[in-house]
Amino acid sequence: MSATQVARKKGTPALTARGRSGGAAFDDAVPSGRRMRARQHRRAQLTAWAFVAPVVVYLVVFYAYPLYRNLDLSFRDYTLRSFIDGTADFVWFDNYATVLGSATFAPALINTAVFTGVSILFQFSIGLALAVFFFRNFPLAATLRALFLVPWLLPLLVSASVWAWMLNSESGIINAAIEALGGPQVNWLTSPEWAMASVLIANIWIGIPFNLVILYSGLQGIPNDVYEAASLDGANGWQTFWRVTLPLLRPVSAITILLGLVYTLKVFDIIWIMTKGGPVNASTTLSIWSYRLGFGGQSPDLSPAAAVGNLLIILAFVFGLIYIRAQRRLVNS
Amino acid sequence: MNNTARNSRILGAIVLSSTLIASLAGCSTPATNGGGDATSFTLWDPYPDRDASSTWAQAIDACATEVGVTIERNAGNTGDTVKDLTTAASNLPDIAMVDNPKVSTLADAGLLTTTDENGFDVSDISANILSAGEIDGKVYGVPVGANTLGLYYNPTVLEAAGVDIATVTDYASLTAALENVVASGKKGITFSAVGTEEGSFQFLPWFWGAGADLTELDSSEAEAALTLWTDWVQKGYAPNSVISNTQGTSWDEFKTGDFAFAENGSWFKGDADENGFLSIQVPGIDGGVAPAPTGGEFITIPVQKDTSRYATSAKIVKCLSEGDTGATALGYVAPTQAGADAQLAADPTLEFWIGAVGDAKPRTADNLGVSYGVISEQLYTAVQAALSGSASPAEALATAQAAAVENLK
Repeated sequence: MSATQVARKKGTPALTARGRSGGAAFDDAVPSGRRMRARQHRRAQLTAWAFVAPVVVYLVVFYAYPLYRNLDLSFRDYTLRSFIDGTADFVWFDNYATVLGSATFAPALINTAVFTGVSILFQFSIGLALAVFFFRNFPLAATLRALFLVPWLLPLLVSASVWAWMLNSESGIINAAIEALGGPQVNWLTSPEWAMASVLIANIWIGIPFNLVILYSGLQGIPNDVYEAASLDGANGWQTFWRVTLPLLRPVSAITILLGLVYTLKVFDIIWIMTKGGPVNASTTLSIWSYRLGFGGQSPDLSPAAAVGNLLIILAFVFGLIYIRAQRRLVNS
Repeated sequence: MNNTARNSRILGAIVLSSTLIASLAGCSTPATNGGGDATSFTLWDPYPDRDASSTWAQAIDACATEVGVTIERNAGNTGDTVKDLTTAASNLPDIAMVDNPKVSTLADAGLLTTTDENGFDVSDISANILSAGEIDGKVYGVPVGANTLGLYYNPTVLEAAGVDIATVTDYASLTAALENVVASGKKGITFSAVGTEEGSFQFLPWFWGAGADLTELDSSEAEAALTLWTDWVQKGYAPNSVISNTQGTSWDEFKTGDFAFAENGSWFKGDADENGFLSIQVPGIDGGVAPAPTGGEFITIPVQKDTSRYATSAKIVKCLSEGDTGATALGYVAPTQAGADAQLAADPTLEFWIGAVGDAKPRTADNLGVSYGVISEQLYTAVQAALSGSASPAEALATAQAAAVENLK
């Protein structure tokens, strides 16, 4: 850690801020000017607020309020009747207790972890491999790279439906291929052993382009002289990748993985379209469970659904904090 | 580093103003009610695919003219009127069309008027269809019409396999027929056992046909019905895809011409006629006919502050449910005897389905009301568990019964 950084850490941020905006000027100002300056200062502050206001209103209306409503919903016992008379008992953590005690909780949590972990592992490693591959600018590289973006451009509904058709037990092209090679019929979407694998395959396929694009642009940010130096030192391709590319790509990798985490935690559409979270709970993640509680059955359990949703938000938040910590460590080192 | 100071100040501002706005929003829930104007009525239906030129929209317009009011139609785009109605609870339409198993849910929430309150006469309506809207002797709406499930068959496939449809009279003879069909190189039967309400809907004829009762999911009768389906899938008489099939995809499978049987709804009658498919009713376990569940929407009159509007709303409802205009426009069997007779006179091929609807039974019948939703969710989960092999039929149903009892507490 350098000396300036230590100093910066020690000084209270608020003091430094005031020092820069006008504290030094107060010292040599005459008393009469001080009031005027103060008024000016207040005016500047008001102007600043006016500039911030649209963002604040936007954040409040579209983020803070829905979040508050979701929290409120999860702490109350909302029934259909609550919508009519507007009353719902405040039940503290009852909904959370119900959700945590439910037989669906453990499978849903494990499925979410497996779905997120495996998705990211494959999306990232395949995305990185492709990024490194395309970085070596060969003829047609740009065209091929563009083709790899197709999954990203397709609406999720289309991708998921197509995967569901391809993985159909009876008439799917994948089973047709397996059977042509002499294999048995695999019940991709309808057997408890394969349902999770099926939605994973589809989700990994959809996520690769995102990883490819970000990591590719990250590769472009690595200065060429480092590679030159490495090659002068006699590093081979494998060594260059592990000792140069990967360490220098760390900040970009971190943000890619974090964004991937947050995106994958909340994936709903692909699973819902392909398996509806079934059979039974074989591919039920927290987001699928939340939807099923709230809107899936005939009688909506909105409060437990909101509780599950909040657990998901907390999960995403925790990962966000881990990222911020990791980034700070990276900057400080 | 002065970023931190600014950040914390902005954060403070956000927290402050968010609590402010939240408390403001809490106070300002709109409390308006109904259309306001005495000659302008609102009607919500879940048919966004039927535009202003459709026969259904024309039927509404005709009723508006007949009653002497204007009807503003709002075709919900989700097809899920419960969600729409609950979020609009403070500003309900004069008339709302609701899927029949959801009537009891909305009635229980206090959203709907009874026929005692709105003065609507239901004496003409067929009792079996009407019972979906009946809770503790009170009637909360009338069916615009009804559809139901039957067993379609492909005569070409049966003939090639040497199966006479007349021999299919109970579960055992149907299974024997499937065996013959599969032996002849064709496929047996397709249906939808998907993990949603559709799955329960399709399973109910077999469940009820075996003599099982929705209040007792783990009975031996229920096990017999679920074992029938499970065996079909395990022996290959039914494709494994039934576990994820919706009724639409199941019908697509049947239309390939490879299948001998398909359990599906009266709404595919036109398509079936075109393809030369015929139909029988789902048989009972030891012969006879199994009651199939009814489908179709109810016309309800939601609660209004201005109760004087009910009289006119009731007239509109009468116009839409009377005769067969509304039902025919939506492809349903009419809910009244007179309406069904008129439909039969216009199209004699409807005879089978009119008879099938006559034998059908609403899902929320037997005074199940709101409990149906909870039970149904467990029922389709049990079907999924058994067919996918993650549990035996008996285990799956025992789990379902325990969960249903737990959730209904």
